[in-house]
Amino acid sequence: MHELSITQGVVDICRHAAEGRRVVSVTLLIGELSGVVPEAVEFCFEACTRETPLEGAQLIIEQVPARGLCKDCSAEFHPRAYYSACPGCGGHNVTVLSGEELRVKEMEVE
Amino acid sequence: MCTTCGCGTEKHHHHDDHDHHHDHGHDHDHVHEHEHEHGPGQVHTHSHNHEHGHGHPHATPEPAANKTVSVETDILAKNNRLARENRNLFFRKGIFVLNMVSSPGSGKTTILERTLRDLKGRLRFAVIEGDQQTDNDAVRIAATGVPVKQVNTGAGCHLDAHMVGHAVENFDLDALDVLLIENVGNLVCPASFDLGENHKVVVLSVTEGEDKPLKYPAMFHNADVMLLNKVDLLPHVDFDADKCKDMARRVNPDILIFDVSSKTGEGMEAWYQWLTSRIRER
Repeated sequence: MHELSITQGVVDICRHAAEGRRVVSVTLLIGELSGVVPEAVEFCFEACTRETPLEGAQLIIEQVPARGLCKDCSAEFHPRAYYSACPGCGGHNVTVLSGEELRVKEMEVE
Repeated sequence: MCTTCGCGTEKHHHHDDHDHHHDHGHDHDHVHEHEHEHGPGQVHTHSHNHEHGHGHPHATPEPAANKTVSVETDILAKNNRLARENRNLFFRKGIFVLNMVSSPGSGKTTILERTLRDLKGRLRFAVIEGDQQTDNDAVRIAATGVPVKQVNTGAGCHLDAHMVGHAVENFDLDALDVLLIENVGNLVCPASFDLGENHKVVVLSVTEGEDKPLKYPAMFHNADVMLLNKVDLLPHVDFDADKCKDMARRVNPDILIFDVSSKTGEGMEAWYQWLTSRIRER
């Protein structure tokens, strides 16, 4: 349940950036391979925002699909997991181009 | 994160944060965050937030509209910054650091006990033991004569860089060659948290499912070394070691795998050779 620490991190970042203003909504980018379950973050968000400027804020999660580049045949593809083979050559020598994101993108403040 | 120990010493970690605020006749908010770290594991993070609201005075005030603020900050930025500070400290002190991860019961502590007993005459070790509760593992390590610090995470499922930064305050870092960090037994959460180590070492035992590398791919993807433990039990269990290693290499083609038995000592010499050669290379 490391989503609790992750969500606490979100709250700390937003509080700092909000500079005392009330936060109306927060948008997160969560990559498909980040190891973070969006539903678990949603579950923790209410508890972590209580008695903070984020209390009652809307949580918007944008999931970032994974992109992989095969280092053997240069094919670009959608790896569903770290073990996904390259559909071009069947190899596993893959560089992850995107899908590991774990970022606070933006927020709306009053 | 200070939510765990509540030590209130975070301030010294934040010396590289800068906030600038400018207010003019028309609405400008500037939030600048810069992080600069130079040294091993060099990383630069820059985030610039600019808000420009150009409001003009009107006879009747308009209702305040909500503003969108671009944040663009990594959620793990704070842990990663503390991990860089740990890594810089370990580099300056010449300490080689391993982050040992696995599910509960794979034999991490037994591997450490054997490694310490066999190598402590040649290398100066210290150990950080991470568990949710009890100091049972620290007591076992202390019996080898090696300095040890137990960190209890309570409800927490992983160690983070902040806990490690404080745990090492208990050691004389000038008298250390190797720091071994035994993470909380968990194949999921510790994968996301850099502690400032040189390598993650994942331990998998043959009494577990051979498909764990596929079930928990992030951990095996992030580890540089895998210790396949309890190989003395292979004749008694349905565990296809080759299949397991093949799955680990599908997740991480570069992973280095050692077959070991921390009970009989089988295969431990190759692990020791890797450890000592990596320390010499530094």
